[in-house]
Amino acid sequence: MDRDDRSTARRPEKGGAAVTVALEARDVEYSFGSTPALRGASVAVEAGEILAIMGPSGSGKSTLLHCLAGILVPSAGQIHLGETRLDTMTETQRSVLRRQRFGFVFQFGQLVPELTAAENVALPLLLNGVRRAPAMREADGWFERLDLGGLQSRRSGELSGGQAQRVALARALVAKPEMLFADEPTGALDSLTGEHVMDLLVDAARGQGTTVILVTHEARVAAYADREAIVRDGRVTVLDRIPS
Amino acid sequence: MTFLGLLERHPSHGYDLKRDYDVFFGRGKPLPFGQVYSTLSRLARDGKVVISEVEPGAGPDRKRYVITDLGATEVEQWLTQPVEPEPNLQSVLFSKVVLSLMLDRSAEDYLDLQRRAHLERMRELTAVKRAGGLVDLLLADHSLYHLEADLRWIEMTAARLDALKKAVRP
Repeated sequence: MDRDDRSTARRPEKGGAAVTVALEARDVEYSFGSTPALRGASVAVEAGEILAIMGPSGSGKSTLLHCLAGILVPSAGQIHLGETRLDTMTETQRSVLRRQRFGFVFQFGQLVPELTAAENVALPLLLNGVRRAPAMREADGWFERLDLGGLQSRRSGELSGGQAQRVALARALVAKPEMLFADEPTGALDSLTGEHVMDLLVDAARGQGTTVILVTHEARVAAYADREAIVRDGRVTVLDRIPS
Repeated sequence: MTFLGLLERHPSHGYDLKRDYDVFFGRGKPLPFGQVYSTLSRLARDGKVVISEVEPGAGPDRKRYVITDLGATEVEQWLTQPVEPEPNLQSVLFSKVVLSLMLDRSAEDYLDLQRRAHLERMRELTAVKRAGGLVDLLLADHSLYHLEADLRWIEMTAARLDALKKAVRP
């Protein structure tokens, strides 16, 4: 894994106090064929914060999330996870990093249909070498925490949309990841269920100090975040607080 | 404030101001002449406009109003401040966007600022919802849905600024 001399994981804030940058995109570019999706996108996420990435359809917000998560490799620019460069890692290195340090929640179809809900939640622990019995015990604890008691043995086809999304959230957080990437996590849910999922996501992430990057087109979902970044035409505008 | 903005474009008579106001801002609800002249008198009293010339007409004398430095400063401040995010602000947001375009200022910058103000308010309301009981939750929800509607309007307007500029600056 490369380290970049220019990387500065701690930076002075305007007021003088230091903030810890957990993840940062610098001048990132990415194209799908000849169609540019990101054109010099830059954004820094502070450790422990919840950042919402917003923007119109096709603006590049999901592409930015995928670059930050090491799923896509930018054609230009850099991705820094603390002092580690993601964009220069091999696919194998990025895959290990995603499994060990990141959690993911998507809009649709993320549970393995052949596994029970409890096995789905335990999966990241099992893949990281945790033995089955402690993995299943840890998974079981998340069912109570996310209001899913009694659903452990169900398969994904037997869960409602909101239940499946809470199971996916438990699976994303069970291994206590440093970063949680959530791409439209409430996009397929009705307003009330989506709100419940967001309440649980925020409480769980804050409870274990997980940094969250959340892509959404819904302002009411973005309002759960500490800050917003707007992606337009492949570039990012970060909305800092308005000085009072 | 809308009158001051219109006067910053160029000095105008009261009649012309009313006509422009009705075209751009008073759709379906024309401004009474009495209100036009009482507003102009108040602006003159406060030093925000002056009368540059008086022309005799068929009826009363026609006064030509010119914005002062004080008035122009007030327009500048108004256009660069976000509106306090509350439900049902569409007409003020609309006036700020249209006047920004008329006066060749950045409507995009204003919309960005307003978006920040709205999201900040929505963040506060979300915190109220999460901490409060059912009544707080329902009241906060009412505001959140209205602010969300404003934000959708802001996004649509931002996407149509070029076309809107052509419409208000022929």
